[in-house]
Amino acid sequence: MNSSIGISEPQVTRELALDHGLTEEEYDRILEILGRTPTYTELGIYSVMWSEHCSYKNSIAVLKTLPRTGERLLVGAGEENAGLVDIGDGLAVAFKIESHNHPSAVEPYQGAATGVGGIMRDIFTMGARPIAGLNSLRFGTLDDPRARYLLKNVVRGIGDYGNSFGVPTVGGEIYFDACYRDNPLVNAMSVGIVRQGETARAIAAGVGNPVMIVGSATGRDGIHGATFASEEISEESESRRPSVQVGDPFTEKLLLEATLEAIRTGYVIGIQDMGAAGLTCSSMEMSAKGRVGMDLYVDKVPVRETGMSAYEIMLSESQERMLLVVQKGHEDDVRKVFEQWDLPATIIGYVKNGGRVTVYEDGQVKADVPAESLVLGGGAPVYVRETREPSYLKDVRNPDYLNFPEPEDYNSVFLDLLASPVIASKRWVWEQYDSMVRTNTVSTRGDAAVVRIKGTSKALSLCTDCNSRYVYLNPRRGGQIAVAEAARNVVCTGAIPIAITNCLNFGNPYDPEVYWQFKEAVAGIGEACRAFDTPVTGGNVSFYNESGSSAVYPTPVIGMLGLLNDVSGKMQAGFRAPGDHIFLLGTNRGDIGGSEYLRIRTGRISGDAPNLDLSHERRLQQLCLELIEKKLIQSAHDVSEGGVAVALAEACLWSDVANTGIQSGVELFGSVRADFWLYGETQSLIVISASPSAAADVLGLSRQRGVPCQSIGQVTDKGMVSIGGKISLRTQILREVYEQGLASALGE
Amino acid sequence: MQKVKFGILVFPGSNCDHDAHYAVSSVLNQEARFVWHKESSLGDVDVVVIPGGFSYGDYLRCGAIARFSPIMQDVVRFARAGGPVIGICNGFQILTEVGLLPGALLRNESLRFVCKDVYVRVEQAGARFTSACAPGEVLRIPIAHGEGRYVADAETLRRLEGEGRVVFRYVTPEGEAVPEANPNGSMNNIAGILNEGGNVLGLMPHPERACDPLLGNSDGQKVFQSLIQSFAVHETVHNLS
Repeated sequence: MNSSIGISEPQVTRELALDHGLTEEEYDRILEILGRTPTYTELGIYSVMWSEHCSYKNSIAVLKTLPRTGERLLVGAGEENAGLVDIGDGLAVAFKIESHNHPSAVEPYQGAATGVGGIMRDIFTMGARPIAGLNSLRFGTLDDPRARYLLKNVVRGIGDYGNSFGVPTVGGEIYFDACYRDNPLVNAMSVGIVRQGETARAIAAGVGNPVMIVGSATGRDGIHGATFASEEISEESESRRPSVQVGDPFTEKLLLEATLEAIRTGYVIGIQDMGAAGLTCSSMEMSAKGRVGMDLYVDKVPVRETGMSAYEIMLSESQERMLLVVQKGHEDDVRKVFEQWDLPATIIGYVKNGGRVTVYEDGQVKADVPAESLVLGGGAPVYVRETREPSYLKDVRNPDYLNFPEPEDYNSVFLDLLASPVIASKRWVWEQYDSMVRTNTVSTRGDAAVVRIKGTSKALSLCTDCNSRYVYLNPRRGGQIAVAEAARNVVCTGAIPIAITNCLNFGNPYDPEVYWQFKEAVAGIGEACRAFDTPVTGGNVSFYNESGSSAVYPTPVIGMLGLLNDVSGKMQAGFRAPGDHIFLLGTNRGDIGGSEYLRIRTGRISGDAPNLDLSHERRLQQLCLELIEKKLIQSAHDVSEGGVAVALAEACLWSDVANTGIQSGVELFGSVRADFWLYGETQSLIVISASPSAAADVLGLSRQRGVPCQSIGQVTDKGMVSIGGKISLRTQILREVYEQGLASALGE
Repeated sequence: MQKVKFGILVFPGSNCDHDAHYAVSSVLNQEARFVWHKESSLGDVDVVVIPGGFSYGDYLRCGAIARFSPIMQDVVRFARAGGPVIGICNGFQILTEVGLLPGALLRNESLRFVCKDVYVRVEQAGARFTSACAPGEVLRIPIAHGEGRYVADAETLRRLEGEGRVVFRYVTPEGEAVPEANPNGSMNNIAGILNEGGNVLGLMPHPERACDPLLGNSDGQKVFQSLIQSFAVHETVHNLS
């Protein structure tokens, strides 16, 4: 075996294995599995497959505690490239969210672009046509030029890729906190539709069936991208720039059309996109799943550079490629489809018995490994790490954070809130995304985006959500809140929450405090998902989001899928008509821990996360859906960052009626401090409005369902926002501040 | 009345082809079929739609490669024979590249892609593509482009304006053609123009995205309805003669 190694390849030693990011124990296991020293190519294969990014070795044991079953789930979490959810009418939704944080930290434009490309491929490799993209972004504060640079280029990267690819970017979220300065988070989500029974699987089967590579030629870009994603950001990260892949949305568009057409021929046995760890990951996972092996001839792989070794070809993360197993005798039928779209489709190997993947180069064996030994759920290592409650928690929860006076001027602090980039309109960002292509986007304004499904009366309601400050202050409750708020968001559009995908962004799992955050947050997500009956269909874990000595806030982003059975029943967030009565559903306790208001007033992220009672939240959401279904309300808008005051302002600004304002009474606050009532971020609150004739019914139904419903005023067309005798500002002023906030912070 | 047959070109990278198809067939109840760019003949179509998207990725100048696709020869023949052609967004860019329309579309003044609703004023209500509109009517139609800044030399501009070939202009919701209403820096706020024969329209806004009332805006229907009506008129004349 060793005799077949090319003379230019390094000698494999224990030191080289450690350099590849493997541990001593992992290297020992490789020696045991193979019964010999691995070749250089094999070392590369094991190192990427056992990297955190591909193996989930430090997360899978914890992830398995999440609820992952439900009557709508057609494919369980982790079984295929994305979750698959039954939405009736013979249709299913494939959806998933994934991180591209590290590439975006060093090369924001390409990092973000290929993040979009990668997640789109995960969807169409299942035979589903992507119909919407979302993204969840975190950057440092915008007074920092690095943060501005990263934001501008990440947004351009997402836009250029998604716009050209022709899938609308319909929603998402953006937050700014200093902890993300060097390690931004770029999470991309894709949602696709497929007819049940027409899905494709990521499996190899049928001895003798050819293995085809289709799409772009293979280059040296992205080698060890998966390994790079599995270490912290440091000063050396800049030298990792070549680990970042380069995106080509045009080729991806061709690949999309060709792939869907090829799957429809019925001759595609299995197909998997090449993302992290490229040809290695796709061939090993497909083989392991089918309990077969493959002979692969890397010299057949179309390359875009000369002199590429087996090691490089196996590890390349060049984008816009797919691996197919095709029914023998129908190679030409499949090839013809790809050629119609000017894409090469090349046979590079064959399925064989025995479970080993053998890699040949010029007739020489370069690697010969049991596929099962490499994959998650097979021989990949599984670790449960040590945990320790973080020491910072005591400090941040010290109740002295409440010791600051009421504001002298409620109006000016309100304008400060509306101008804060965390709260202000993200128009500057989303106008750079094509949100309308394919003419399915019913609404992007509000708590969640609504996308109709042509040929049915249905629509999907989609959002991403995570307030990482809450998770930092209380990981378990913060995890619960992320799910609860995402569910509340889709509920406010009239949709039933049906399933989630998650992207868990954390620091170094070998740090016991980070691992404690991780375990707690996942536990919280699990509890909330059980409460709302929204199983986890899959997602992604991104560890090592650190720079210097500090980790980012624990950021478990939830991607929520909601279903509207009848799109005509969609609810809007903006007020609809002057004279309508405004109500607040839920109990406003004035929780200000972790709020943007607290940060503005004290400069601190402190306190405990807002309270959350899952059964109360569930009742609130069911009431809201019932009010919508019975056509008793005109608008519904979730209360989140900036509190009730900001929610009321947004409902005015999002109204289709000019000069919409509100007039409320002065007896709003009860025993709660006025600023905490107005600007606190109490959970389980929804601002609704109802026509005067329906107001009594709204109150009555709320009482019956045991959910407090506070009357807080009326919608006007006077162009003034007057709340509780504390705030009195012209709607037009609010609009200017809210619309300009982000652009001003960017210096535009 | 017979259905009008729309032929919608598909280049590699077209991504508004399905939107145009859906608008004319499902919303406006006409016939529509896709025409693959490698075909040499349009076949039996009444109208050619060159849809939006990123033909060939638009890595070179937008539309610069698409104009060499085999189908474009037949499109030029069809247009020269008076057949109606409508180029939307990337389609407008392709029409200028192939020489059916004058001028060029450059990078937006902001240097950013922009997707939003804009307002355009109908400058020529008598044209084949606007006969269903009132003179000076303001339509709300979305744009979605990175390179939509219309430019032309002074002589061309003078002719376009003088001959009434500027058919749509970016305006405020109230109908004022002021700089604030111009989303990309186009000369004279130009959003759409006609060829000399009045049978070829290029425009940056996407009327096909503003057809289905479910999406909250059906102003774009007027462009297609004008065209469809123009066939009804032809038919009537034909039947009378």
